Amino acid sequence: MNPKREVLTGVHFMNGDEAAAEGAIAAGCRFFAGYPITPATETAERVARRLPEVGGIYIQMEDELASMCAILGASWAGVKSMTSTSGPGFSLMMENYGLGVMTETPCVIVNIMRGGPSTGLPTLVSQGDVMQSRWGTHGDIGAISYVPSSPQEMFDYTLKAFNMSEKYRLPVCVLGDEIVGHMNEKVVIPKKEDLVIINRKKPKVAPSEYLPFAPDDDLVPPMACAGEGYRVHVTGLTHDERGHPIINAEAQEKLVARLVDKIRKNAPDIIEYEEIHTKGAELVVVAYGSVSRCAKEAVRMAREEKIKVGMVRPITVWPFPEDRMRKLSEKVKAFIVPEVNYGQVAYEVERCVSSNSETHLLPKMGGDIHTPEEILEGIKEMV
Amino acid sequence: MITKSKWDVRRSRDKFSPPYLEHDSWKLGDYGAHPMDKYIRPGRIPHIWCSACGLGIALTCFIKAMEEFGAPLDNHCIVSGIGCTGRVAGYLNVDSYHTTHGRPIPFATGLKLGNPKLTVTVFSGDGDLFAIGGNHFIHAARRNVDINVICVNNFNYGMTGGQVGPTTHMKAKTTTSPYGNFEYPFNLPHVAIASGAVYVARWTTLHARRLKDAMVEALEKKGFTFIEVISPCPTAYGRRNKLGTGLQEMRYYKEHSVIKHNADPAEAELGLGGEIIVGKFKDEERPTFLEMHEEGISKAFPKKT
Repeated sequence: MNPKREVLTGVHFMNGDEAAAEGAIAAGCRFFAGYPITPATETAERVARRLPEVGGIYIQMEDELASMCAILGASWAGVKSMTSTSGPGFSLMMENYGLGVMTETPCVIVNIMRGGPSTGLPTLVSQGDVMQSRWGTHGDIGAISYVPSSPQEMFDYTLKAFNMSEKYRLPVCVLGDEIVGHMNEKVVIPKKEDLVIINRKKPKVAPSEYLPFAPDDDLVPPMACAGEGYRVHVTGLTHDERGHPIINAEAQEKLVARLVDKIRKNAPDIIEYEEIHTKGAELVVVAYGSVSRCAKEAVRMAREEKIKVGMVRPITVWPFPEDRMRKLSEKVKAFIVPEVNYGQVAYEVERCVSSNSETHLLPKMGGDIHTPEEILEGIKEMV
Repeated sequence: MITKSKWDVRRSRDKFSPPYLEHDSWKLGDYGAHPMDKYIRPGRIPHIWCSACGLGIALTCFIKAMEEFGAPLDNHCIVSGIGCTGRVAGYLNVDSYHTTHGRPIPFATGLKLGNPKLTVTVFSGDGDLFAIGGNHFIHAARRNVDINVICVNNFNYGMTGGQVGPTTHMKAKTTTSPYGNFEYPFNLPHVAIASGAVYVARWTTLHARRLKDAMVEALEKKGFTFIEVISPCPTAYGRRNKLGTGLQEMRYYKEHSVIKHNADPAEAELGLGGEIIVGKFKDEERPTFLEMHEEGISKAFPKKT
């Protein structure tokens, strides 16, 4: 184990998949369970090489069901853990993503999105899993998902995903798309002491007084891990504050509402987005991930032609920056949403904005992303 | 924007819905009266299992085995899947994890690799471990992850009312094999040995002492161990196959069990009304996943002296 290898401070040239791996290790991730899948394999390959250097364990599981379950197990052993995958694997992970939410287990899923449904376009881009990360597992959940748009952000937001998963005790998704995952760019890794690292809250009371699922004011309960003497029972069944299964409507009401509310009520602390030229804008482009880079260029071109257009780039797609959208919609005539799917975030925008603004979807089914010219054309349609 | 109704759900529920907790526990004041109570999670007894089910015996044997093994309870972890046996985790007074259907083994793998000091035991049923979780079982055995797997085999899905499963005897009737089972069942010790388990035994719930001894051996053993516990399920399986009461099933075990240590697992198949070959079928040494990992990594990164 070499402490100097924990954070590779310096300027690097690497792809988004690899940057996610470095972000995870810098965040303190020491356990990775995964299954090879294009276009996320580079994350696993990097982690397999890097984790042993810092005393961590890489294990290749038999499938994504097992991968997701193994990282939950490792998290309960007190180790920060992660997996990486793409659409078909993400579908398999939905089962134990739900278990992670129900048992309030911190961990991170990096999902490098490719064209779907089913096997779809293994090597080509899509943004088709945005809704799946929100609603893919059964039941009501609170969710946090990041949509980075560059290898630098893959580093930054994988690290942040760990922080948020530890803070709010749930699996957090990093939804890179294939282009962001495979794009090579400059990645600046800060000094270890400059990184903000959040670790899960530990119980402050004796085991006899500890209620493992009794939340603090932030709706998050402190977490006692295996072997710490607290003898916690953790179940995917609806449970009370002791962790005991309780099968009735009242317990369900109390538990599930809290699981959703701990994200809803803390949303202002979690939500991140970038905003460009929205002051006085009549039109606003909403774009995320790789597409947001083309959208930025399209906005620049449109503004050269004196079109009053701005842009919002959600960095957390969940929770969605809905208050900001609602506020903007008071003055904005139309929202233009280019995304590499047949409409996912566009519906979210439509839900948030007031009835006097229009939402205009610019879809791509996957395989390639919009050119700036295509987005510009979409903007002009709405002028 | 969605606003929440001001209607007070909880108050209305107090009025109309019966307060059926899964079960109200016995008075906590009675806790500690029994010498085994310290192994049982306070407030969780009585359990949900039917009378004459073998799970109580399997659980008691495991408690005795933990006692004999001697490791502090704080070092033990129990991981279960879904089903009747899946409820074992919740009753033991250790760190316990009741996971999704079929997934206790990968969860336990993460737990063990995350903290190698823990003694990790998977307690689950035949459907959980060998139908929906079959793939995880063979791969964990192949890797020789240092976990213990105890499979209580009652030949059907008891929790859901008695459906056909991967170990159901040929021709046996269940709710989803009303004309008899047409599928060949798994022979669990054979699967375990072929997959690489270092310790494999089978006992029935009649063989309480031998079962307890096997559990102690498994706890002491490094590597992937497997114990099959043949258990009666009079409510769901016995009734439909005219196996009689729980007591009659125990009598059947007494009359039809044949102890054959080191038996060829291929010959240990089970049939409805046939003999039950029990015993220790495998006990060998093989480096565990973590030992192999440690060895490989220390070669790649030699410690500077």
